[in-house]
Parts: sequence; C-alpha cells; structure tokens
Amino acid sequence: MPQRWRERITPTDVIMWFIGAAIIGLILVGSTATLTRGPYTARHWFDFIIFGLAQGSIYALIAMGYTMVYGTLRMINFAHSEVFMAGPYTAYFVAAALYRSGFLDASPAVSMIAVLFVSMGTSTLVAVLLERIAYRPLRMAPRLVPLITAIGASFFLQYTFRGLYGSGFQAYPVVKALEGQWNLAGVRLLKFQLVVILSAAILMAVLYAFVQRTRVGKAIRAVSEDKEASALMGIDIDRMIVTTFVIGGMAAGAAGVLYALMFKQVHFFMGFIPGIKAFTAAVLGGIGNIPGAMLGGIFLGLIESIGPSLFLDGLGIVAPYQLKDAIAFTVLVLVLIFRPTGILGERLAVKKA
Amino acid sequence: MKEALKIGLIGGVIEILLSLIGMVEAFAQRQIVSQVISMGHSLLLLTVIFMGYMAAQRGSPDKGVAPFARGLLAGLVTGALVFLLVLIGSVVRLRAVFVNASPALYELLSFKQSLPSAALLLVASGGVAALPAALMFRSPPVFKRVLITALGSVLVAGVLQDLLRPTFAAWGPLAGISTWLFTANGLTLHGAVTLGLAVSLASWFWAFRGEAIRSHVAKLPPSQKKGLRFGSLALFVAVLLVLPQILGLFLSEVLTIVGLYVLLGLGLNIVVGFAGLLDLGYVAFFAIGAYVTALLTSPELGFFSFTFWEALPVAIAAGVIAGVLLGIPVLKMRGDYLAITTLGFGEIIRILVLSDFLRPWLGGAQGIGKIAHATIGRIEFVSPQQIYYLILAGCLLVVFISVRLRDSRLGRAWKAIREDEDVAQAMGINLVVTKLLAFATGAGFSALSGAIFASKLGSVYPHSFNVMISINILCVIIVGGMGSIPGAIVGSMALVGLPELLREFAEYRLFVYGAALVAMMLLRPEGLWPEAVRRRELREEVAEEGQPDLENPSSGS
Repeated sequence: MPQRWRERITPTDVIMWFIGAAIIGLILVGSTATLTRGPYTARHWFDFIIFGLAQGSIYALIAMGYTMVYGTLRMINFAHSEVFMAGPYTAYFVAAALYRSGFLDASPAVSMIAVLFVSMGTSTLVAVLLERIAYRPLRMAPRLVPLITAIGASFFLQYTFRGLYGSGFQAYPVVKALEGQWNLAGVRLLKFQLVVILSAAILMAVLYAFVQRTRVGKAIRAVSEDKEASALMGIDIDRMIVTTFVIGGMAAGAAGVLYALMFKQVHFFMGFIPGIKAFTAAVLGGIGNIPGAMLGGIFLGLIESIGPSLFLDGLGIVAPYQLKDAIAFTVLVLVLIFRPTGILGERLAVKKA
Repeated sequence: MKEALKIGLIGGVIEILLSLIGMVEAFAQRQIVSQVISMGHSLLLLTVIFMGYMAAQRGSPDKGVAPFARGLLAGLVTGALVFLLVLIGSVVRLRAVFVNASPALYELLSFKQSLPSAALLLVASGGVAALPAALMFRSPPVFKRVLITALGSVLVAGVLQDLLRPTFAAWGPLAGISTWLFTANGLTLHGAVTLGLAVSLASWFWAFRGEAIRSHVAKLPPSQKKGLRFGSLALFVAVLLVLPQILGLFLSEVLTIVGLYVLLGLGLNIVVGFAGLLDLGYVAFFAIGAYVTALLTSPELGFFSFTFWEALPVAIAAGVIAGVLLGIPVLKMRGDYLAITTLGFGEIIRILVLSDFLRPWLGGAQGIGKIAHATIGRIEFVSPQQIYYLILAGCLLVVFISVRLRDSRLGRAWKAIREDEDVAQAMGINLVVTKLLAFATGAGFSALSGAIFASKLGSVYPHSFNVMISINILCVIIVGGMGSIPGAIVGSMALVGLPELLREFAEYRLFVYGAALVAMMLLRPEGLWPEAVRRRELREEVAEEGQPDLENPSSGS
C-alpha cells in the first residue's frame, strides 16, 4: 500500500498541500492572536454574526438560482447576477413613488409586498427571456459556448439597465417601520436585519418545500438527474428548465429587495459582487444541491462578516475589512481546489466538470 | 404570417430598447450622409431591414409575393411599435423612470412631425424599409452580395469619417477627394452615391473575375508565389512603420491601445484559444507586469531605480512565474470551474493591491507614478507616436512567437488538450507541463503588455486592472476567432479601436460587447477570422453541408 501511495503523489499535490497547510496555519495564528489580544467584545462578535446571517441569507437566496440552473443545464448562469440586479433596480421606481405619495410610511407592509412583487416579477421576466433567447439555442453546444454566452448576456443586461435607468446610484427610500432596534431577552437586534433573515428563511422554506414536495419539483429533480430518462417518462424538459429559471428569478428578485433593505441603494453594477459570492456559496454547498446552496450562503455570509476581524486583525493587517471580498474569493478558490464537490455535494463536479 | 408578425414584434421591441437606452439619440449626433441620414436613424433602419429579411426568409411559400407580404408585415409592425413608444411618451412622462426618454428622442423618432403624421410616416417607413429587404431575399446571390458590400462600405465610410478625413487630408492629392467626399459631419450626398457605385462596380467585377484571379495566383510557380507573399508582407510592414506619421497624434494613441490589446489578446489566445483553458483572471498578469515595472523604476517608492529596459525582463519573468504559480492549483480543473477560479485569482490580486495593507509597497488606491519611460540612446518613448514603435516591436515579436508555437510540437499538444484532455494524456502528452507552459507563455505576453502600458501612462492604478479588462480581452479573441492569430488582431481593431474612434459609442461599448458575444455564440461561434481547423469543426457540429475548405488548408493544423 505505501508504495502505491508514493506513486500517486505528484509534486503538484505536495505544493497544494503546502499551500493548504500554510493557509490553515495563518488562520489559526491570526484567530488566536485576535482572541487573546481581544480588541473585540462578545457584543461585537454577536453583531458580526447577525450581520453575517442577514448577508448570508441573501447570498443563499441568489445561490438557489445558480444551483438549480446548474442542476438542470450543467452550466454556470453567469448572468444570474444581472437577474438579481434587474428586480430591485426596477422596483426602486415603485418604492420611490410609494414613498413620495406617503403610502410607504402609512402602510409599510403592503408597500413592501408590492415592491417585492415588482422585483420578483422583473427578475423572473429577465431570467425567462435570458433562457429563451440566449441559452435554449445552445443546449447542445460545446461546454464553453454557453458560458461565454452567459458572460456576454451579463454585460448586455448590465448596460441595458444602465442605459434605461441611468448610471448613478439610486438611494432606496428608508422604511421608517424597519428602523431602530428590537430588544429580545436583553439582546439588541437591528430591525431590518431581523426582517431580512426571517423573510429569507420563509422564502427558502417555501422554495425548498416546492422542490421537494410538489409534482413539478419532483419533475425538476428528475430532469437534473437525467434528462433523457425524464423525457421518456413524459416530462416536458423545456418547461422544467424554464421553471427552474422562474424559481431562480423569483428568489433573486426577492433577494434583491432584501439587499436593498440592507444596503439602501441600487446601481446597475450591484449584481456582480453578490452574484460571484452567491456562486461561491452554491459551490461551497455543492453545486446542484439546493439545501447545500442555502447552507453555503449562510456559511459564506458568516465567514465574510467575521473573517476579516478574526483571521486578519491578529496578524497585524491594517484595515482588514477592506479584504473581506478577498476572503470570499479565497474561500471560493480553496473550495474549488480542495473540495470541488462542496460541503453537501454529490460527485457532480467530477462527473461533469 | 404569424412568424412575420412575431419577427416584426421582436424588431419593434429591439428598436424601442435601442431608443430607450439612449443609443439612437447618441448616435444621431453623427451623420452618415450629411443632411440625409444619421447614424441613429441608420441603426433603426438596419434593424427594420434585417427583420424584413428574416421575415421574408421564414415561412413556407418561398415564391410569389409571399416573402414580400411577410417582409412588409414585419416592417409595418416594427414601425407601429416604435410609434407606440412615441405615443406613450407623449402622454406619460417616461423620463421619470427611463432617463433617456428625452424630448429629443421623440423628435428623432417621429421625424419632428405631429402625432398623426408621425404615425403614418413611421409605419410607412417601416414597411418601405422592409420591402427592399424582401426584394434582396428574392434577388440572385451575386446581386445580394454587391448590394450589401456597397451599402456596407458607405456605412463604414460614414462611421469612420473621423479616421478617413484627416488621413486623406494629410496626403496632398487625396485632400481634394476628402473635401469632395466628406462634409464636416458625414458624407456628401454625391460622395456617398459615387462611393456606393464604385464599390458595387468593384465587387461586381470581383464576383465575376475573382475566381479566375485567385486560381491564376494559385497556379503560379512556388518561387513566384513565395515572392508575392514576401512582397505583400514587406509592404504590410512598411505601412505599419510609417503609420503613425500618416495618422497623427490621436489616431496613433488609438493604435497604441489597440496594440496593447493585440499583445494581451495573443497571450490569452495561447491560454484559451490554443490550450482551451478559459482564464477569466488574465488581467492579473497584466497588472503584475505593470506593477513590477512601476516598483522597479518609480522613484516614488524608492526601492529600486532601474531603467525601463532593466525592469522589462524582470516584469516578464514575474509574469511567467505568476502564471506558473496560479496555474498549479488549477491544473485539475476544467471548463467553468477553471473560469471561476481564475476570476477569483484576478479579483484577489486586485483587492490586495487596492488595500491599505500593502500600501507601503504597492501604493494602494493612489497607485504609483513617475514610471520610467523607455529610452534608446537619446530617444525617449513618450508620445504615442513614439510608443507605437515600442508596441509594434512587441506585437511583431509576439506574433512571431505565436506563429512558431502554433506550428510546433507544443502547439499541437495544446490543441490536443483543448480537444480532449483524457485522450491527449493517453497519447503521452504531459498535462502538467503542457498546461503550465500555456499559462506561463500567456502570462509572459500579458506582463510584457503590462510593462509597456505602465511606461506609456507613467503611472499605474489598481482600478485599471479590473475584471472588465479580462472580459474585454476574452471578447477580442472570441470575436476574432479563438485560436486564430490574425483573429486576435482583427478582434482588437474591431472591439478596441472602433470604440475609441466613435466617441458616442464609448458609453455603449460594453453593451455592444455583450450583445456581440451572445450573437457571436449564437450565429458565428468560430469568430470573424477563424482558425481553419476550428471552423471546420464547429461547422461540422452545426451539421451544415460541408463545403470543401479551399483557402489555405495548410494553416492552423
């Protein structure tokens, strides 16, 4: 046995292990240094965690779209970040109009639901058009072709919306009812963060139930297992693929409104970074796996929120918060290198990628 | 008929979109034919004609008046939809949401007419524009080709007037032509008509005599053929050498930018085009080349004070080493995972450079200034016209290396990997070494480009190295044709040079890039100037009737 092991180990493997060990070492040294020196109190960590959960649940919702499309089509829908952007950017105009008329403050719940519906509707429309125009004709094409198309579609959509709505940042109106804090058993929680976490949790539960419990959900899962076989079983593949885009679009549109609630502004380029991160989340959980995407999103949100302070502060790095995106990308790269199947992944990546 | 209605609706939606994102209005500034038609109107017109042609093409009865009826219907519907936009715009204040729905846009769309007459005009012009498209569909192929070439060349002359006018004006006898052909904005009417007629005559001639000339050249003895090739090559190089003197400052600047992208494109062409490794973090090596040059030569940081020529090899070496280092982790990845990982690498490097953490060494968001210019003896390469020669030398070198690599054993190994990794490995190709060599070579070219870029600007900022650059380069080689060396050059000219020439275009550059990528993948996946092998392959996959590949079957394999 040992001999066979030695034959299998290549120099590149050794280098990879070395890199992996170095990163783990850095994380450990940084964390212990931060914790022993203790510039942060429990209060800080708690705030980081709540913020991370809120952000992570938004990533998780977007990641649903990536993961479901990957499941059925085996392609990375690079333009999903623009599906995410289209919803809240369009809904901004509704929100602004409601705010100007005073209706937003008078009945915040109804207005927010209206905004949510507009956002989900627009995102879904964009996702469906995307599938119909850009992806459907390429279903049989070589693997790189749909990916490049998706990149093209992403830029096309970004600059279409820039042309339509202008290139500036638009400040989302503040919902007064969601300002301030709640005290729960002596713990202060920012209202909007709690609302974001709760609504994301409800949406994810509904979507998960839809995919697991309904006939259509079952058909979608069948298509992602084996297209030909499910076609033989009488499943309309085109319709199921469109359905995955619809679900992904709805989740992204809802995530967009939550994102606007948290960060209070929209912009035509706002999709890029959350999109990449949601993709990271999907990979982290195991792409093609729906609970994995949720888990991955929350995990990534937490790491991004806690990571800079925990890992980097102890190493004496100035302004660690600037590096939070770098941490997210490092997580992405590490997962892809060391465990491409993700936390909950089946061996999809090996089989197809 | 239903199909035609659908095509007309699609055309209308496209035109409304183009209008609402402001492209029509921005392009209306530039006249194609002075006082007759602007670029904005041509954009709309081309859409109608294209849709009319599509409508004529689709549908069962190909004969009789059916294609005309379909084309007419599509055109009418398109016109009606545009009128609908004007109508809605006159009632609702669309500008509250759509920033570009300005009064000027409605004036453009309705030809400054009142609503009823605008309705008539729009619908009628839609129909009138679509009819010739249907006519074109029915006409013989030779006629079709002549017509498209003639109209296309008038359009190109109009679009590129800023390039052509000063170029002509600089050449004594040609200056007369320039003033006769162009006004201050757009072609003159008689100029456009003459140009169109001349081009159609030429293309008519070529359509009938071209085959004969080509076969005549093909029949020449090898020595003469070689002479002809060398002659044209020498002429080409000579033109390249005098180009900045002819073109002047602004156009030389454009050429230097195109040249930098040619360098980048040829580098990425090795990674993506030859070896099939989709690298979206390619800008990282460009940044490394630029930053190493900056670090070594800039007195601002004060670590080193190299000259440009001393720094250049170090920069390229750093690029190559970075290529290998970032290549090792991704050796086992394929396809989209590889793309995303490299994208991650590119972003990590940009974020690190931007951060305050590395600021003492890399300058943070303020970047690094006072980078040394290249000098040879007394000559310092400062102005675009001088830097052009530096870039030209780099391009020629890189083209030479690319061509030699393409036809080498290594080049064939890359292509084997691109086609099928497992089979390539089974045939005895060492995947690790071959892939790393691809990454390293590509990174080296990119670092060279980065070094020249740094010395050209005299300063580097992290913002110049975002993911857009990677995407731009990818677009360049995909539009040009993956794996094709002339393709990378044509691609840079089309995607980098053209937007620089069209100032109005700048805002819509990435919009057009995105559309071009999608359209390219849907309609012409092999690119503008494809590699012979790849074209054959892709065409086979689409299962078109195989045309024998007449043009130089030796190249590309």
